[in-house]
Amino acid sequence: MEGGKESQREGPILLMEGITKIYPTGLVANSNVTFEVREGEIHALVGENGAGKTTLMKVLFGLEKHDAGNIFVKGEQVNITSPRQAIGHGIGMVHQHFMLAPSLTVAENIVLGQEPRKGIWFDQKKAAETCIDLGKKYGLEVDPYAKIADVPVGVKQRVEILKALLRGSEILVLDEPTAVLTPQETVELFAALKALKEGGHTIIFISHKLAEVKEISDRVTVMRSGRVVGTRNTEEISIRDLSNMMVGRDVELELPRPKMSAEDRREVRLLVKDLKYVRDNKDVLKDINLQVKSGEIVGIAGIEGNGQAELVEILTGLCECHEGTIQICGEDATEKKPGEIRELGLSHIPQDRMTFGVAAEASVAENLISTRYNKPPISNGFLLNLKAIFATCLDLINKFEIKANDPKQPVNTLSGGNIQKVVVAREFSTDPEVIIANQPTRGIDIGASESIHKYLVNATENGAAVLLISADLSEVMGLSNRLLVMYEGRIVAHFPDAEAVTEEELGLYMLGVKHQEPDEIVASLMGEAG
Amino acid sequence: MKTDKRFEILRTGVAIGVALLIGFIVTCLVSEAPLKAFGYFLRGPFTTTRRFAAFLEAAIPLTFTGLAISLVFSAGQFNLGAEGQFFIGAVAATAAGIYLDLPPVIHTLVCLLAGIAAGAVAGFIPGILKAKWNASELVSSLMLNYVFLKLGMYLVTYHMRDQSVGALVSLPLKETSLLTQFIPNTRIHTGVFILLITVLFCYYYLFRTSQGYEVRMTGQNIEFARYSGIPVLSVILSVQVLAGAIAGLGGAVEMLGIYKRFQWLASPGYGFDGVIVATLAKNNPALVPVTALFLAYLRVGADVMAIYSDVSAEMVAIIQAVIILLVTAEAFLSGYRRRMLLREVKQSASAS
Ligand SMILES: Nc1ncnc2c1ncn2[C@@H]1O[C@H](COP(=O)(O)OP(=O)(O)O)[C@@H](O)[C@H]1O
Ligand SMILES: [Mg+2]
Repeated sequence: MEGGKESQREGPILLMEGITKIYPTGLVANSNVTFEVREGEIHALVGENGAGKTTLMKVLFGLEKHDAGNIFVKGEQVNITSPRQAIGHGIGMVHQHFMLAPSLTVAENIVLGQEPRKGIWFDQKKAAETCIDLGKKYGLEVDPYAKIADVPVGVKQRVEILKALLRGSEILVLDEPTAVLTPQETVELFAALKALKEGGHTIIFISHKLAEVKEISDRVTVMRSGRVVGTRNTEEISIRDLSNMMVGRDVELELPRPKMSAEDRREVRLLVKDLKYVRDNKDVLKDINLQVKSGEIVGIAGIEGNGQAELVEILTGLCECHEGTIQICGEDATEKKPGEIRELGLSHIPQDRMTFGVAAEASVAENLISTRYNKPPISNGFLLNLKAIFATCLDLINKFEIKANDPKQPVNTLSGGNIQKVVVAREFSTDPEVIIANQPTRGIDIGASESIHKYLVNATENGAAVLLISADLSEVMGLSNRLLVMYEGRIVAHFPDAEAVTEEELGLYMLGVKHQEPDEIVASLMGEAG
Repeated sequence: MKTDKRFEILRTGVAIGVALLIGFIVTCLVSEAPLKAFGYFLRGPFTTTRRFAAFLEAAIPLTFTGLAISLVFSAGQFNLGAEGQFFIGAVAATAAGIYLDLPPVIHTLVCLLAGIAAGAVAGFIPGILKAKWNASELVSSLMLNYVFLKLGMYLVTYHMRDQSVGALVSLPLKETSLLTQFIPNTRIHTGVFILLITVLFCYYYLFRTSQGYEVRMTGQNIEFARYSGIPVLSVILSVQVLAGAIAGLGGAVEMLGIYKRFQWLASPGYGFDGVIVATLAKNNPALVPVTALFLAYLRVGADVMAIYSDVSAEMVAIIQAVIILLVTAEAFLSGYRRRMLLREVKQSASAS
């Protein structure tokens, strides 16, 4: 397209031409995609969730068979039908979901499949040395004897990278590597990527976080709904233009925060006291105290797996085994079942929308009424009122701008963003007093995220109390009035003013490097209680 | 969605076609005169009025058990207890028909209620075991089928047996309890109307009531149902009781409509056939009578073929198996759908 002419002489190191991939479900994930990468560059591949980035890379790595198109490595056409062949062509991939053996050590994982041997025995020492050498070379140091199950995600990712490098990867694909990292870990990863580039490696970096793309990449290719929109030199394009290319229209980058003065937030809608949850003799949750008032969004930041999921399950009645008390709108909700808790005015946007949020094969309409199928006007207590259902659903579809042709359409024929809108529409349709939003915009497109943020803020300004749990720092920092940080099942920090916190500071609490004193937290929480 | 529905119909049609073809090939292998034998199979139910009636009669119990199974399957419960429920329902109706003294119509209704109650109790047991202790309803319902078969045989043999008859049959049911056979020269009885009401009831229950909604959502995604506030355990229990009641009613209707005495020595197998009927109908009660008729047609056709040719009626089991495999196999013909889509993509690519 542009600027590609002068390097024509050498040709790109990788060229994927006219790739089309159709999944057995009939979904066209890549449609005539042409993607070109030059030797020694960091090439960002960006696009909203579901744009087809991972699919394209799976085709490259031999994990998915493409239905049309050709792949050229260093000018030669190749036929890649398995990861083994991809590795043979010098292609390495670090997946979105790591593929490591948790019971083995770091070194064992890295050398897996090409173990050094002493006689017939595995040479533990040699393996460890290999890892250390390799790590030093690229600034990716790891403890070779640590067990994978015990190391944090950031280290697992390094292990994946080292594994690919050991297998002679010249082209390294990283699929959304920063999605699981804290800001500090991201900095370290970027340093390593730059070192790799210096060393002559070519890197394909997948992300939908544009600031990162700006920072790390030389060129960027944008995908949207299975097609390539264009390739640009990163220096020559602004974040705004990039996001417009990604979404296909102008987007608002600033997140709105509910504007309600502290005086107006009086009524405590959700109150949690001394919550404790023990599983397998381990404290999953301990000393959890929190409250959310009408008119505010309280954010919980934290790396996933620090007890947030369990906290939400307990608050919503899905998990019953815990100590401590929970009050919703002044009523005790500690021992109540999900249906009874909803009766008290609680709504829940679940983290895993395909497991909890919808019945995938049921219709949009059936999914929209699941929390009030036995209440008027949907039902007279016994018979469903089909007309009322139809009218209610059309109304919700319009109000929440759900892109569906027909309320009778199965919900799994919608895109991820629209499925999430179905969940949000349903949860907001009951005029909730308390909303628990767990990762409300994970894995969905920017357009839908924007709308969902808007609905959350509107509901809050109309008096709802919102508890927002999110691993996406910009989301939780941008929307919340107050912030809590969870680490290893405890609340380790409370920031009464979310606007005054920096990402770096939050990162330190999330990693467990810093923590506020428990008394201090309780005192500041009680201060809020006023 | 429309293409998908059309695709479903196409797939079912092709599945039936392929199954018949395989059946024909098997016939060719085992028969001296395959064309003639297969002809009997296909035309069987239409060869005499008597056989046509037999085909319709056979569809009645199949519809009842098919409805029962489609209800439990809709809730995601693999309760295969319809077999035992049907049997014990027939035994209960027999007892009420022999020992109670009531005016006509009322007597029949009481017998039907007895069947319903017996079936409901039989459905309650695996239901409560599942809801309370998460015991697999598949295993418990299968085991209970034997329990109800043996219990029924015990009751008939030791408490209702007609000693004056050489064969093992019960005392005759009182005339007042029987359903009327209203078409001369056939055994088609007024139970047909009870059946139609039951079909409508099941359809409306499943698709037009809040409870039916609970059942379907629980079946589609139990986590989602629980999250939404649906009381899934009581749904699981009540749907199994209801399905048991319907299968029990089926047993009672069959007893009062076709027989004058209880004379089964083994379970007649309608419960397991109900699984086939419900599966082919994709658990939709409105389609259950259609698939029940289809299965009944195959059965009667097979019987006719067995009488007039050298092929045994068991061949129909092969055809059945192939149809079910093909209809339920998601991947069957999906390559065809995929090629259609690929062509579409290529067209749109060259157009742009
Ligand atoms: N194995 C699969 N089967 C069917 N559809 C899939 C499969 N994997 C991904 N998809 C669909 O393909 C589209 C592209 O997905 P993906 O390549 O993962 O996007 P991205 O990585 O850009 O977020 C999405 O709509 C997704 O739902
Ligand atoms: Mg992806």
